[in-house]
Amino acid sequence: MLSIKNLYANVDGKEILKGINLEIKAGEVHAIMGPNGSGKSTLANVLTGNKNYEVTNGNVLFEGRDLLDMDPETRAREGMFLAFQYPIEIPGISNATFLKTALNEIRKYNNLSELTSTEFLDRIKDKAKILGLDDTLISRAVNVGFSGGEKKRNEIFQMLMLEPKFVLLDETDSGLDIDALRIVSSGVNIYRNPNNAFLVVTHYQRLLNYIQPDYVHVLYKGKIIKSGGKELALELEEKGYDWIKSEELETEKV
Amino acid sequence: MNEIEENKIISEDTNSDDMKVLGDLTSSEYKWGFITDIESETAAKGLNEDVVRMISKKKNEPEWMTEWRLKAFRYWQKMEEPTWPNVHYPKIDFQDISYYSAPKQKPKLNSLEEVDPELLKTFEKLGIPLEEQKLLSGVAVDAVFDSVSVATTFRESLKEKGIIFCSISEAIKEHPELIKKYLGSVVPYTDNFYASLNAAVFSDGSFVWIPKGVRCPMELSTYFRINSQETGQFERTLIIAEEGAYVSYLEGCTAPIRDNNQLHAAVVELVTLDDAEIKYSTVQNWYPGDKEGKGGIYNFVTKRGACRGKNSKISWTQVETGSAITWKYPSCILQGDNSIGEFYSVAVTNNYQQADTGTKMIHLGKNTKSTVVSKGISAGYGNNSYRGLIRIGKNAEGARNYTQCDSMLMSDKCGAHTFPYIEVENESSKVEHEATTSKIGEDQIFYLNQRGISTEDAVNMIVNGFCKEVFKELPMEFAVEAQKLLAISLEGSVG
Ligand SMILES: Nc1ncnc2c1ncn2[C@@H]1O[C@H](COP(=O)(O)OP(=O)(O)OP(=O)(O)O)[C@@H](O)[C@H]1O
Ligand SMILES: [Mg+2]
Repeated sequence: MLSIKNLYANVDGKEILKGINLEIKAGEVHAIMGPNGSGKSTLANVLTGNKNYEVTNGNVLFEGRDLLDMDPETRAREGMFLAFQYPIEIPGISNATFLKTALNEIRKYNNLSELTSTEFLDRIKDKAKILGLDDTLISRAVNVGFSGGEKKRNEIFQMLMLEPKFVLLDETDSGLDIDALRIVSSGVNIYRNPNNAFLVVTHYQRLLNYIQPDYVHVLYKGKIIKSGGKELALELEEKGYDWIKSEELETEKV
Repeated sequence: MNEIEENKIISEDTNSDDMKVLGDLTSSEYKWGFITDIESETAAKGLNEDVVRMISKKKNEPEWMTEWRLKAFRYWQKMEEPTWPNVHYPKIDFQDISYYSAPKQKPKLNSLEEVDPELLKTFEKLGIPLEEQKLLSGVAVDAVFDSVSVATTFRESLKEKGIIFCSISEAIKEHPELIKKYLGSVVPYTDNFYASLNAAVFSDGSFVWIPKGVRCPMELSTYFRINSQETGQFERTLIIAEEGAYVSYLEGCTAPIRDNNQLHAAVVELVTLDDAEIKYSTVQNWYPGDKEGKGGIYNFVTKRGACRGKNSKISWTQVETGSAITWKYPSCILQGDNSIGEFYSVAVTNNYQQADTGTKMIHLGKNTKSTVVSKGISAGYGNNSYRGLIRIGKNAEGARNYTQCDSMLMSDKCGAHTFPYIEVENESSKVEHEATTSKIGEDQIFYLNQRGISTEDAVNMIVNGFCKEVFKELPMEFAVEAQKLLAISLEGSVG
């Protein structure tokens, strides 16, 4: 589904991603871990087309098509979704209006008819129930005054509403209490199916107990320096990153 | 000696080529910029006592009205053009303006059938449902084309309720007692430079009188259109709500694209007696000038309401997207105890537009309340100033004001300024002022993009969200129009 080849990217003229290679197939869940500042959010921003991030080399195919050539809204309409590490507040626009606009834009692009108000409301009720989302949060302005946990939950709610093919979760677990973590994870698991794929950015193995990854990658200074199965996450939890860093140094010398 | 040029004046630039050019303009250009090819009579440029007399005579006004105008003119001659607002423009040559232009037609119109079909076409293009049968929307319209009121619809059904809705020229002739009592009672001819000029040369405008205890059953509306070149437009509107009366009044304005600046100096006076309420909404979309700042309307307007009676209320809602320069402060004088003044404003300046706008809330009566919500949006090289005065008089026991003043910047080259003035003479009063300035967030736009929403739609959503508190004060159809206008005037201003 997603094929990243030799991807380099700059922010403010500074090179952050230094040759990322990653293949993600439909039905797979990949986790990315790595120390603060290693470039995890940068990768998410590059994949979703944030203009502040400049791709200097490499290419990305999304379902066989050149992803980097598409503007951000086209990527979204093609089925790419980012649950933001820091969801943005938009005063004066209700969550419901926002989602209705988004959903209809995506449906229009994919030659589907717009949802009627009843269909839309039914879907809202359905998905909100899965996440135990309060009704008032749906009528309130997008993320304005939401607590940290509510914001994260709202991101997953949007994912369920928009039904993307490829989902990037950027530290969706941070800021969630234990119950919320379980609920949000189950929302993700309910949505998981053989036709979609996930790239989950996290610092904590705990999330991966709930959302079991097929692969775990370690990003360090803009490069994937180690990949493995879900047991890699356990190893990282136990030993930290130092041992991989030194392994990496060894290979660099060779 | 000025004389009216009785010969046909058909604007030189109204040939079909021009219309084609207008049609070719991209969607982000001003859409109301067509010129109507119509016979009109226009006074020669310049202003002196003879011109003032001529205007008064043209309108068959009684002697007292002519005298009032002349007093205003003499007063105006001694005045200095004010320069304190935060706007910049070359000095206006008041002798280089024509002060009267009227579509040439039969002297008196009794029904719409008699209106020049070209004019009706114009109003159709503007989307004003002038023909009576189209008026199912429940809006009664008075249309002022250049200087003259063209048709007032729905008059008969209003008459049944005792409501008077007509042009001010007619009111002067038919309701002299009301005009003598109220005209200039809120904005005297000595008030300010442009108000004095208006008093001397005003050509037409609307008059509304709602009798005691009557709720006007429909929105009343005036549509202003400047067509002629080098003509100033000076309308005068007077609305009176007697005890317990209510009216909601809407005002819309457009003008053709001209590469010279045109002056619009209107005066609006509102009066509410005990328990009465007037809601006055404006969607101002005069031609703003081109992308380089050439042309456009100078919109220098005095609007003021007097809450004379106790428990009365006046609210001003304005959406100002047009004009090269907007300079106006719709104000409330809260005389009656417990009276309420409100001001809700959205002002947009894009390209080289400038706006210095705000309000004055003068609290005189006890327990008077005022609310001010101002939303300024600046894009391109636009310059947007909020200027507001809250005065609490000695006797305004328990008066309250809340002011919220938000600015949004869409580019690095535009400006937003806030000039709040607060004068409090009564210690028991409470005045609150909040102000914010924010740059439209790239991160907000990206967030919406990431959910499949285009940048243009994202900007519209964010801006509409920003203006929501004001839009919700507008009647439904107007709110929709205002949102569209905002979208058009900000098209392409981000990203
Ligand atoms: N918009 C930006 N402007 C300037 N520097 C940036 C920007 N975005 C990212 N960076 C820098 O790029 C580097 C990688 O940041 P990124 O957010 O991708 O890290 P991360 O792996 O997501 O870290 P964390 O685990 O703390 O979320 C950091 O040094 C960061 O300061
Ligand atoms: Mg991050």
